[in-house]
Amino acid sequence: MITVENLTKSYGEVEALKDISFHIDAGKIFGIIGPDGAGKTTLFRILTTLMMADSGQATVDGLDVVKDFARIRHCIGYMPGRFSLYQDLTVEENLHFYASVFNTSIKENYYLVQDIYKQIEPFKKRRAGDLSGGMKQKLALSCALIHRPKALMLDEPTTGVDPVSRKEFWSMLQRLKEQGITILVSTPYMDEATKCDHIALMQKGRLLSVDTPERIVAAYPDVLYAVTGDNNYRLLCKLKENKEVKMCYISGESLRVIFHKNNVPAIEGVEIRQVAPTIEDCFIQLMQ
Amino acid sequence: MKQFISFVNKEFRHIFRDKRTMLLLLGMPVVQMILFGFAITTEVRNINICTPQTWNYDPQIRIMEGFAANPYFNITGTIGNSQEIDEVFREGKADLVIVLDAQRTNPAIQLIADATDPNTAITEVAYATRIIHEAQQVAVTAIPQGQIIPNVRMLYNPQMKSAYNFVPGVMGLILMLICAMMTSISIVREKEMGTMELLLVSPVKPFSIILSKAVPYFVISTANMLIIILLAVYLLHVPLVGSMIWLSIISWIYILVCLSLGLLISTVAQTQVAAMLISGVMLMMPALLLSGMIYPVENMPAILEGVSCIIPARWYIAAVKKLMIQGLEITYVAKEVAILLLMASFLLTVSLKKFSLRLQ
Amino acid sequence: MDYAIIVEELTKRFGRFTAVDSISFEVKKGEIFGFLGANGAGKTTAMRMLCGLSIPTSGKGSVAGFDIMNQTEYIKRNIGYMSQRFSLYEDLTVWENLRFFAAIYGIKDKEIERRGVRVLQELNFYEERNTLVKDLPLGWKQKLAFSTAIFHRPGIVFLDEPTGGVDPLTRRQFWELIYQTADSGITIFVTTHYMDEAEYCNRVSIMVNGRIEALGSPANLKQQYHAESMDNVFQQLARV
Repeated sequence: MITVENLTKSYGEVEALKDISFHIDAGKIFGIIGPDGAGKTTLFRILTTLMMADSGQATVDGLDVVKDFARIRHCIGYMPGRFSLYQDLTVEENLHFYASVFNTSIKENYYLVQDIYKQIEPFKKRRAGDLSGGMKQKLALSCALIHRPKALMLDEPTTGVDPVSRKEFWSMLQRLKEQGITILVSTPYMDEATKCDHIALMQKGRLLSVDTPERIVAAYPDVLYAVTGDNNYRLLCKLKENKEVKMCYISGESLRVIFHKNNVPAIEGVEIRQVAPTIEDCFIQLMQ
Repeated sequence: MKQFISFVNKEFRHIFRDKRTMLLLLGMPVVQMILFGFAITTEVRNINICTPQTWNYDPQIRIMEGFAANPYFNITGTIGNSQEIDEVFREGKADLVIVLDAQRTNPAIQLIADATDPNTAITEVAYATRIIHEAQQVAVTAIPQGQIIPNVRMLYNPQMKSAYNFVPGVMGLILMLICAMMTSISIVREKEMGTMELLLVSPVKPFSIILSKAVPYFVISTANMLIIILLAVYLLHVPLVGSMIWLSIISWIYILVCLSLGLLISTVAQTQVAAMLISGVMLMMPALLLSGMIYPVENMPAILEGVSCIIPARWYIAAVKKLMIQGLEITYVAKEVAILLLMASFLLTVSLKKFSLRLQ
Repeated sequence: MDYAIIVEELTKRFGRFTAVDSISFEVKKGEIFGFLGANGAGKTTAMRMLCGLSIPTSGKGSVAGFDIMNQTEYIKRNIGYMSQRFSLYEDLTVWENLRFFAAIYGIKDKEIERRGVRVLQELNFYEERNTLVKDLPLGWKQKLAFSTAIFHRPGIVFLDEPTGGVDPLTRRQFWELIYQTADSGITIFVTTHYMDEAEYCNRVSIMVNGRIEALGSPANLKQQYHAESMDNVFQQLARV
């Protein structure tokens, strides 16, 4: 559905994308996971034909993003990183407007947005600017869907949204996927990676890894231990001086430690147990 | 077409929902007309004069009566000796002092004016001179042979009202402000809000985005033009001698120029504040100062006069003066129309070319 | 036990709307306390009262030993604040930012010089002291912002979603810095709605509709709600 080959893009001296290649199968959720400044938005802008790459090619639904940009604009739905609807128009007016922009009507494609729009329909006379974060997001998604796009491109849709709304959002994406829509979504939150079929870990314009979340976790080369003590900070300082320790860092309530040659020393008053790495652990490992 | 209508609809909603802008758009012409009409006026009224204590001989008394009867002058005091002249000026009691040598039958009259504001002083002196002349004319019943007295007629504006000059000026200014500033701001706002991104990835043609922005401001500008003309005719009694149709047509051409200027600004500016500054500094100031509205173009140094040629307001104001006040035929403003048309097509081409299909 | 924050039945009403509804809790000195809640749960209002920016409608409390009703000026002098949105002036250099914020708190020039050099050296920023903040990577900005917030040695520092959007490695380093600061006796008060950030705190409170619905260490809360993550705990509470 979407192919990206050797994309490179620089702004002056800053290289936003360095030789990026991947492809996305139709009907899948593909996540681009990376911190701010990784180049996610640039990639989205190239794929949505808003920007041209310095070199490399990309296609959406078999159409070239440079040559066939006008046709691509018909078949993609896009949700930019910031809330980009008209704050002074009501919920209904926004949806109506975006429908007419794509020469369609709410009635025609209502079945597609019904699921999501129903939740905000009680507030349809309210101005978009007065909605809560979660509702804004639902409205934005409805607007991106109203013209029945083949591919949906969502740039950081869950940033700044509370956990409950985030969870709802991901289950909405699941349902859209079941309707056959290909979804490209980016997020800075590692814990959202497992919700995608495929993920690309991105850092400073490079792809660290592209695979399913399961295979990325399985490819973790070391054995990871969770270490817990009374005072994690003092424990961390102590472990950093320990020669047996290859790497250690704080992760939530415990420390994550990798030992040289997997030699686990006994430390008094400290609980050590083996844990499965998370995508976040994989990301850290791949960054080094 | 449906797409376009819903676009225009949206623009109108943006405008109507923003009460402050709405008030500004429709209130501004009224405020400016009233300001220029009553407060800021180049006519000189309420001139305070101080006169000599005694007026002995016949022509002098008639002069005195002339001043007393004239509505433009207030006699605020009398002067006994020459020291008092400085005093009344310092105290602000007088703008003009009349001094005469009372010993002679055909007295020499001296007018002393406060020339801190030279334009005002000149006008005051001119008024005073006219009163003195009139008084003398009555005295001299038979005009001595060989003496030529000019017969002056003030054409088109017999009462010398400044409204005749500033009404076209205000029209030029307001239309520029609304069209250029408001269109540029409304386009830049979409950039700032991120909605432009969504519009660009949709199949909408950039041309229809721009056109739909232009339509509401076109309508509002036309409404404003009508308000100004109505106020001018009924409140300030400026006659509308020319053809209303041609006045509208030339105004629409001017509106087109301003809309394209606004568009051009929007392609350069990235924030609403920048758009406002650019239109304020680059458009309003020159339009105010160099268009001939306040200072006559003919009096400017050659360089500034050259600069004023590229200011659309100059040509529009000139054309409106000819059409509205002088009531001339359209053929007499052919030059102005041609220049404005040329400007419109040039600006429109450039700004449409610059309006990017993609983000920078 | 020394407490940095003590709050009893703190309430804030706006007209008929009760934003914060009689909340009570304590934060120990040197503790990392997570203050969680969805948007609109009353987090921001509560935090404003603790920072001395807003006077409570009723209830009592003290922050850094000062009363939140009538000693707000003292509170402001004894707390630090760092928000993800605004923290430093992008068009000033590292050193200018540090000096400016230190001067706000009335630290003498000589002292700024002495302490500033040390702080920057500890962060390995000393070479970059004349770099404009906007030219720094995001992770560095956050560390610098944090160091600036604790430069005047406040009793408590309030952090508003401190690590949103940074890469995992930088985030780990940032939390190390926070742990180190807490270890030196400064109390850390973190507001966030990212549950993975919550996992790093010693204790967390979860606010729902103006009330504190849960309070305890992440491990305890997970046990109490039979959840494998804080995210799950939050989901259970917020859905009610």
